[in-house]
Amino acid sequence: MNAPVPVSLLVNGEPIDAFVLPRLNLADFLRENLKLTGTHVGCEHGVCGACTVRLDGEIVRSCLMLTVQAQGASVETIEGLSDSGEIADLQAAFRERNALQCGYCTPGMLITAQDLLKHVSVPDRRAIREHLSGNYCRCTGYQAIVDAVEATAKMRAERGV
Amino acid sequence: MKAAAFAYARATSVVNALELLAMHGDKAKVLSGGQSLMPAMNLRLLSPDILVDIGGLAELRGITVRGDVLVVGALTRHVDLLRSPEIALHARLLRDAVAHVAHPAIRNRGTIGGSLAHADPASELPACVVALDATIVVRGSAGGRRIAATEFFRGIYETALLPDELLVAVEVPVAGQGSTFFFQEYARRHGDYAVVGLAARAVVAAGRFSALRLGFFAVGDRPLLAVAAGKLINATVTPALLAEAATALADELDPHEDQQATAAMRRHLAMVLLRRCVAALLARPELGMGVGK
Ligand SMILES: Cc1cc2nc3c(=O)[nH]c(=O)nc-3n(C[C@H](O)[C@H](O)[C@H](O)COP(=O)(O)OP(=O)(O)OC[C@H]3O[C@@H](n4cnc5c(N)ncnc54)[C@H](O)[C@@H]3O)c2cc1C
Ligand code: FES
Ligand code: FES
Repeated sequence: MNAPVPVSLLVNGEPIDAFVLPRLNLADFLRENLKLTGTHVGCEHGVCGACTVRLDGEIVRSCLMLTVQAQGASVETIEGLSDSGEIADLQAAFRERNALQCGYCTPGMLITAQDLLKHVSVPDRRAIREHLSGNYCRCTGYQAIVDAVEATAKMRAERGV
Repeated sequence: MKAAAFAYARATSVVNALELLAMHGDKAKVLSGGQSLMPAMNLRLLSPDILVDIGGLAELRGITVRGDVLVVGALTRHVDLLRSPEIALHARLLRDAVAHVAHPAIRNRGTIGGSLAHADPASELPACVVALDATIVVRGSAGGRRIAATEFFRGIYETALLPDELLVAVEVPVAGQGSTFFFQEYARRHGDYAVVGLAARAVVAAGRFSALRLGFFAVGDRPLLAVAAGKLINATVTPALLAEAATALADELDPHEDQQATAAMRRHLAMVLLRRCVAALLARPELGMGVGK
């Protein structure tokens, strides 16, 4: 009972094999076992969004997933999105508009915003707010965050990306 | 907080999942999307000895039409309900409702089976299946059962499911000619659990309801199919008749009080939703005016 279970998954494109306790959630696995500390942990019950990662291309809460549930899946963290350059423009817009203060919520905000921009090319502010509504910013930078996402959407539309 | 230690078994088939559940009895918990179970375990409200993960069972996923019944597999995720053309065509109520369930990252994992089995009285989908007159399909080690949605919910987080049973599918009668739907809820913020909500299905012919099912949620310990709807069926809806139905509805409700609303406020909001619903479904905006007592 409760013995470690083997798990194989891709993290930011790299194959990972590990033995983990069933209770180890994916957020802690990424942070503690893989030292990918960009994924933040706030509430551990799905409310704050700081732990948001991509699982097989779709955003999920890594605090509400067991590592063993990611067997065979492809996980992308903020490190992956950042290193590939996929969100360089969004990151720049966050910096330019002061959309990050302490930065605790920022990885989750970026991944969630990128998810919206992948599905809707030029979302209006209402749609941006709705999509980000599951992510808390304790520094209350919401206005600036919405500005940054909106600006990125417009820039991408102009560049025809 | 972190979940207490537990053992983990990845079910390889429905039969295998049922064997595991039968073996461990109420010490086991089914893990589906985990979007309600994991928070409860992280808060140590629950500490099962073993989780039976049904997440990989393709046989429980998918949406199909069989004759005049839409069959929705238990593992169908909220995001699948939002995107499915079959749902949009035959049971639009589910799509309208799911847009109000939590947030995108949670909708990517949460399942219809998990939502119904969890039976939170403030949850959208239980009220929808009651309004849609759906049937919940269940399998246990001794065989299968089909339970009317109206019989399935028994109380707060309580259903007719036994510990060794799996919810495998939901059967929804497809929307026929003249069928219309209404979904609205009051919530503090989009995506939060409702303060009060209403999921309705109606058949309208010649300006009258020939059928009307009103599924209220967050007004009691389970979704409520309002008896007061009966007053509005096969009748010309006048402001006076609607006021009578609203009063009957208020009498029928026994809402709870919490940090979000008093019982009186919940009653009031339920009456407002009733008026809006009737006005919208009959396309008579004047009926939605005023709330009356
Ligand atoms: C921040 C947050 C906000 C949320 N807001 C809302 C909201 O506004 N409205 C809403 O309705 N929900 C909300 N939810 C809950 C979410 O919608 C869940 O998806 C859903 O309630 C549970 O589905 P699940 O598949 O994740 O089930 P799980 O969490 O895996 O399971 C839930 C329960 O059902 C049992 N179970 C699951 N599947 C089966 C099955 N097939 N057979 C038998 N038993 C089963 C489990 O054993 C467990 O007891 C929210 C969740 C979070 C984290
Ligand atoms: S830590 Fe996962 S949502 Fe808050
Ligand atoms: S920048 Fe501090 S929590 Fe958002």
